Amino acid sequence: MATQHSRSAARIMMAPAVVLLLGWMLIPLTMTLYFSFKKFLPLRGGDLGWVGFDNYVRFVSSSAFWPSVQTTLIIVGGVLLITVMLGVLLAILLDQPLWGQGIVRILVIAPFFVMPTVSALVWKNMFMDPVNGLFAHLWKFFGAQPVEWLSDAPLFSIILIVSWQWLPFATLILLTAIQSLDSEQLEASEMDGAPPLARFGFIILPHLSRAITIVVLIQTIFLLAVFAEIFVTTQGSFGTRTLTYLIFQRVLESQNVGLGSAGGVYAIILANIVAIFLMRIVGKNLDS
Amino acid sequence: MGQITLNQITKNFGDVQVIPPLDLRIDDGEFVVFVGPSGCGKSTLLRLIAGLEDVTSGDITIDGRNATEVPPAKRGLAMVFQSYALYPHMSVRKNIAFPLRMAGLDKEAQNAKVDAAAKVLNLTDYLDRRPGQLSGGQRQRVAIGRAIVREPAAFLFDEPLSNLDAALRVNMRLEISELHQTLKTTMIYVTHDQVEAMTMADKIVVLQAGLIEQVGSPLDLYHAPRNKFVAGFIGSPKMNFLTGQYASGYDATTIGIRPEHIAVSSSEGAWSGRVGVSEHLGSDTFLYVDIDGVDEPITVRSTGEIGVRHGDNVYLTPDASKIHRFDKQDLRIP
Repeated sequence: MATQHSRSAARIMMAPAVVLLLGWMLIPLTMTLYFSFKKFLPLRGGDLGWVGFDNYVRFVSSSAFWPSVQTTLIIVGGVLLITVMLGVLLAILLDQPLWGQGIVRILVIAPFFVMPTVSALVWKNMFMDPVNGLFAHLWKFFGAQPVEWLSDAPLFSIILIVSWQWLPFATLILLTAIQSLDSEQLEASEMDGAPPLARFGFIILPHLSRAITIVVLIQTIFLLAVFAEIFVTTQGSFGTRTLTYLIFQRVLESQNVGLGSAGGVYAIILANIVAIFLMRIVGKNLDS
Repeated sequence: MGQITLNQITKNFGDVQVIPPLDLRIDDGEFVVFVGPSGCGKSTLLRLIAGLEDVTSGDITIDGRNATEVPPAKRGLAMVFQSYALYPHMSVRKNIAFPLRMAGLDKEAQNAKVDAAAKVLNLTDYLDRRPGQLSGGQRQRVAIGRAIVREPAAFLFDEPLSNLDAALRVNMRLEISELHQTLKTTMIYVTHDQVEAMTMADKIVVLQAGLIEQVGSPLDLYHAPRNKFVAGFIGSPKMNFLTGQYASGYDATTIGIRPEHIAVSSSEGAWSGRVGVSEHLGSDTFLYVDIDGVDEPITVRSTGEIGVRHGDNVYLTPDASKIHRFDKQDLRIP
């Protein structure tokens, strides 16, 4: 790519992809921005003209807004905590020489291939159903009163379902990271007198820190948009209304496109704040 | 103290026996080098002593105490690995202090010991750096520093110089020898490089396929190799071996003569041959001479410069008193 000619040729050849990507991103963004400044009620009069920042003020001052932000953060934080902790443990376990290692690894990765809607339905009906669910049978077997998971512990249930889906991803990335650890380092620390827990804390965990930040970053971006799991289980009731779900309700259930679009812009801002924080952490980690 | 005895130890990996029953005694303060071609079991032997591998049978005694079942950290040995195995996320100071920290020493005692070790190894200016910011030789010294602070009964070195370039290797060789003179601690050093073995060792253990071929001082091995393998392995360039008519005159199956014990002449001598490649090093000249009835060219070392060219006819005369004779079993006939 040294000459002027080859550089401009490269630009021309890249142009279609760039234009497509820009359009892909910019058209929905512009439409969201456009609608967010309008009073637009499809079933109650349609386009009712410009309203300035009215939608933005109404969205934030609604009593549902702050609880939904809180719910979003609890779900994201809870899933991250569970997937990273269990992911590290599973990665260490799967790194051990094991009979049938290949099959076990495929089994561990399998949940990632199940669609969110399907897995949420399976969890809801097969595990968490208070009458027929496996958990209910288990509870009854021990003589306990079955838990009504989705109404008694709705947030925890959703965190559990989403964690189950994302655990394979975390495990996979952490496993590859653990496999790249120089075994001589572990042997050296063993000779230096470090017991297993100290070896984990001083050698393995620092080695994994980069992989963990990457897992946290990627998962956060996807977890902020969790929707299907809530839609098929609690439908946003019992305090499981996340920001994403609130926007959905505003647009489709209240048929208020303008208000929902304003919420969408808030969601974009929130995601970007998180992303900036994470980029800085990752950047720091990738430097060293 | 650092007296290590191996008594009839064996090691199997699955069905493969890599170390057949083996006895060895290493005295306090000795610099012992395990040398042999790759795959001869020398690193395995070192790892058995370190405790990183379990022996299949036999006993390891360290300072009179049976250490066979003792975990590596409790054996009082320190090891320097081929890859150095420094902890990349810790500073040099923390790396060196790690064994002390694990032993539960307080901060002040740790710092005092680290500073002392850093002074010996010329690392004082680098204590706050990370291993990734150091050169190969400095990393090597950090690894040694981490071993020194533990004040071990013996140091174990697993091919520590193989990742360094040639010039640095000579330097580090000297530094490790110097360190041994200062500390007077037992050191066990594994290498495949017979030059390292010859220059550093008090005692060389030559291994082949897990078997000890010979144990002795460097010059013992040079002058009186027990068999053909040791004769060929020790000494650089390699000893020349001749069979058939050349050997029968000496009442042996094979005779061996080192390159430095052959005289070259352009007019007369015992064997006549044709010069192949000649390597001029200034101080020495290595000639590769093809002689009749021998497949491998004979290597000859002459001191100084010598005026022969590719294709010249020359005559070689071995120094009769320096010829090694080997019998049918490849054992040396004294």
